[in-house]
Amino acid sequence: MAKDLPTGYEPMTSVDAITAGLEGVGYISTKQISTAVFLAHGLRKPILIEGPAGVGKTDLAASLSRWLDLPLLRLQCYEGLDEGKALYEWKYGKQLLYTQILKEKLNEVIGDAGSLESSLGKLSTFEDLFFSEQFLESRPLLTAMKQEVGSVLLIDEIDKSDEEFEAFLLEVLSDYQVTVPEIGTISANVPPLVILTSNNVRELGDALKRRCLHLHIGFPDHARERRIVRARVDGLEEALLDQMVSFVQSVRDVDIKKRPSIAETVDWAKTLLLLHATALDETFVRDTLNVLLKHESDIAVIGPEVPKMLREAVAQKPGSRTASGYPDLG
Amino acid sequence: MERPLTNFIRALRSSEVRVSTGEALDAAHTLKLIGYADRSMLKDSLACVLAKSPEEKLTFDELFELYFSRQETSAQSEQDDADASDTSESQADASDLVDLMESGDESAISLALEKAAEAAGTDDIRFSTQVAYYAQQMVKKMGGEALQARLLEALQQGGQDGDAEAQRLIDVRRDVTMKARERAEKAFQVFGAGETQQFRDDYAAEKKLSAIDRSDMERMKRLIAKIAKRLAVKHSRRKRRRNRGQLDVRRTMRANAGFDGVPFNVIWRQKRKDKPKIVVVCDVSGSVAQYVRFLLLLLWSMKDVVPDMHAFAFSFRLGSVDEVLEQNDFETAMTKILREYGMGSTSYGQAWSDLKINHEQIIDRRTTLLVLGDARSNYGDPRMDLFREFAARAKRVIWLNPEGPGLWGTGDSVIPRYAPFCAQVTHVSTLKDLERAVDEILSAYN
Repeated sequence: MAKDLPTGYEPMTSVDAITAGLEGVGYISTKQISTAVFLAHGLRKPILIEGPAGVGKTDLAASLSRWLDLPLLRLQCYEGLDEGKALYEWKYGKQLLYTQILKEKLNEVIGDAGSLESSLGKLSTFEDLFFSEQFLESRPLLTAMKQEVGSVLLIDEIDKSDEEFEAFLLEVLSDYQVTVPEIGTISANVPPLVILTSNNVRELGDALKRRCLHLHIGFPDHARERRIVRARVDGLEEALLDQMVSFVQSVRDVDIKKRPSIAETVDWAKTLLLLHATALDETFVRDTLNVLLKHESDIAVIGPEVPKMLREAVAQKPGSRTASGYPDLG
Repeated sequence: MERPLTNFIRALRSSEVRVSTGEALDAAHTLKLIGYADRSMLKDSLACVLAKSPEEKLTFDELFELYFSRQETSAQSEQDDADASDTSESQADASDLVDLMESGDESAISLALEKAAEAAGTDDIRFSTQVAYYAQQMVKKMGGEALQARLLEALQQGGQDGDAEAQRLIDVRRDVTMKARERAEKAFQVFGAGETQQFRDDYAAEKKLSAIDRSDMERMKRLIAKIAKRLAVKHSRRKRRRNRGQLDVRRTMRANAGFDGVPFNVIWRQKRKDKPKIVVVCDVSGSVAQYVRFLLLLLWSMKDVVPDMHAFAFSFRLGSVDEVLEQNDFETAMTKILREYGMGSTSYGQAWSDLKINHEQIIDRRTTLLVLGDARSNYGDPRMDLFREFAARAKRVIWLNPEGPGLWGTGDSVIPRYAPFCAQVTHVSTLKDLERAVDEILSAYN
């Protein structure tokens, strides 16, 4: 694949460069994540990211596109997704409209042909016109192949798609090309950086796994989560930030239906900020627990544990006391 | 490809991490890209390329530590004295060995061990029983025989000097043997452990379920979880089977309204498929209890794929055990079930009548009625009328019998009378049989 065209991937010179670059656009990466991205570029392979919801799988693709200043093409998968919606479709309506407009012209063309056979012959030259790029509606996959300087292609929640679609995807992902029968093969000038995400709704096929690099992103550790919140929410006090992250982390240890994700931590941090809290205390936590937990039954499980968890979260940072900074909202 | 990598991949493969040729090539490219220098980066990168599920990641991590910690010394040895490697071919001198062991130079000792391990082909180790053999071979390559000869000499010589010398040689010999054993043990962990595990698993899957004892339970549990997962992967995707040939006129018209009714998108009628529903009725009398344990464990591990699953147990009276299974861990649940239903003399007739009276509604046309039992009803009325009724109402009936076909119909066995109403009567005696039976049941819904 020799080419002199500039690609948007030049900044990805090393693992550290990737970590730094991503941090520049607000994505706190880990060594594993950056290594996977580095290899994806080096080996020209898609990355399959698995892990619980809300740990930044999709966000990685978005951040890469922001950092590299490349278009982000997103394909959201669902049951019943087919080639037509993922790859390309003919603009039937437009074709139909054109036929109407061209009707008279066609009559002229056909008019001087004597027989049905010869008029069909004349019409067949028009067929090429209808099945040309002009009438081709390109969907995310084809669009990604057509980007001159490369792109970031996000295939989100691949586990929600059908088996057939997964199989169809293999071809696109290993050769980075798409065949449109009426036109020919369109191959990517610069292969896109492909990121697939999966929430493990169903087990993916071996064939797909083999073609991808595999990355598992779990919940972040204390330090990383702290940095993520800091990057997203401005103006939160250090001590409070520590306390709330510790609290969220201990909530995750409990066996509940939906463990709070990073997105929820960030939301909670914003709530704290909005309510001008300076330290966590019990009433405050209880009143805002619904920001963190999304199931009534989970709240019921965590509720009684709050005082204990809070004590532990606060105790981790000696010196900070639970002064009630929670304003009375009536 | 580089040898350390191929060997590592071999180790992975023997431990159930499936590495395709393509992935092996990717790994080689990866090495070119990042090199060996940064260990943690090497680990992250190779994990990314070679391990593709959480279980594989665990195995990978374990093997990586074992393998590459050893690799470092041997890589060093190749650089240190590439030409000296042929000395390991011929047997080293005894005095060299003694000097080496007594020098206390750890790196030199481990270097010599690596060389001996290579000469003895220790990486070919497959079973833990071979550890001693390979260790012996290593000692031999390091000059063990010459040492032995000198030891004998010293013992014959006798006297204070001779005894002291002999003691010294004995110490060295013990030392070197211990180290060689350690090294061989490590090689086994990397190259053999996985394969032994595999071998034992295969053996367990074929072993008669009635012959499995307590000590094997953990292995069986793991194995059943694996089988359940395999079946789940196979059956969780509900393939949409298109029934082409029958046009759905109404939907086609609607879909093409935008094109003036010109049918660009043609929509065909699709056959609706049934969701699997399994009602399992288990005879939990003494002779069958062991089989029930495994069948229920397997079925219950598949709850995600078949949410519509109901279990009943009986020996005399029949009752639903869904709740017990849901609320307890499996072992406790099983104990409770056996305590509650395991007593009493088996009566199939009574069981059918209980099922009819209390749970009749549970059997519908989607249901596969799965019976596990030996159909030995103590000469009671088998209530063929009720069984016939269930069979007519259900999608199909499958009977799993722990007894071999040779015994069917002998004594109080009434299986031949039930058989005509079953889609299948199968003899199950191993885990493999169970897997086949469950697979067969689920396939009927695809």
